[in-house]
Amino acid sequence: MSRQSVHNELRSSFPSLSENESLARLLVSGFVSQLNPALDELSDIKTAVSEAVTNCIVHGYRNCVGTVRMLVRILDDNEIYIRISDSGCGIENVEKAMEPLFTSAPDEDRAGLGFTVMESFMDKLSVKSKSGKGTTVTMRKKLETRKGKNANR
Amino acid sequence: MSIEILLDRKNRCLVMLSGEIDHHNAARIRMKIDVAIDTNCPSEVFLDFSNVTFMDSSGIGLVMGRYRILREYGATLYVANCKGAIRKVMQLSGMNRLAKFVEGDLQSRFVSNLKEVKKNEQTISAQ
Ligand SMILES: Nc1ncnc2c1ncn2[C@@H]1O[C@H](COP(=O)(O)OP(=O)(O)OP(=O)(O)O)[C@@H](O)[C@H]1O
Ligand SMILES: [Mg+2]
Repeated sequence: MSRQSVHNELRSSFPSLSENESLARLLVSGFVSQLNPALDELSDIKTAVSEAVTNCIVHGYRNCVGTVRMLVRILDDNEIYIRISDSGCGIENVEKAMEPLFTSAPDEDRAGLGFTVMESFMDKLSVKSKSGKGTTVTMRKKLETRKGKNANR
Repeated sequence: MSIEILLDRKNRCLVMLSGEIDHHNAARIRMKIDVAIDTNCPSEVFLDFSNVTFMDSSGIGLVMGRYRILREYGATLYVANCKGAIRKVMQLSGMNRLAKFVEGDLQSRFVSNLKEVKKNEQTISAQ
């Protein structure tokens, strides 16, 4: 991938408490709002972030509290880059985990659709994981430019 | 997140959801709904999303789970008033092939035909 310049950046980390799911959504929507995104774009991004952060909390740190990290960048052409990671249990078989409706926790009313939501609400999704080390999810979405609003970018 | 549960004279149950449905809130919503189902054994349950402002796959899990419980004893699940972003998430789940999706002002229909108002209207986790 060609090098892209970073126009703005937000780095955050927080303990894997479920209260912080809404915090992560607030952070990302506050940060992305400077690009004046359309409402449905903003809600797509919030939903994808909610999925990734919830996975860190529910699966990554299943039996403990650890640190969830979220990096959000604004790249060229109003592209949003988001990286969410944990140092939790990791995923043994990423390909299988990403299949729609696959869940390792069906008894907890999980639909197994988190990755499906991320994939369909964002332009790009990549998942890297190592058993016992943790999981990193990277997502990108290009915002439709709204004429005149971000002419200086 | 708050939830209000109404029961009408035909023993149908309306669950008015409002606010954000995520993993953090889902457990408490689920508990309230399941208690209402357990104690009243309604013939039909309506989950109304009119006032839901955010939902992720935890909301889908919530709907799927209630669908399974109700199917087990022959009751019908209706999912009402999913708009915009909520509809978009719901459509991914294929729930529209399982539960019945409806629109309209269920609340006033229920209120005019009430059996009792369950006093478990409650605000959950006002952040
Ligand atoms: N950060 C993570 N750490 C460890 N395992 C993970 C992580 N994220 C996902 N997984 C694994 O991948 C599976 C699929 O994740 P996905 O988000 O698609 O579904 P889910 O979380 O099980 O259910 P839903 O998101 O619909 O509530 C999970 O059940 C879990 O086994
Ligand atoms: Mg998930």
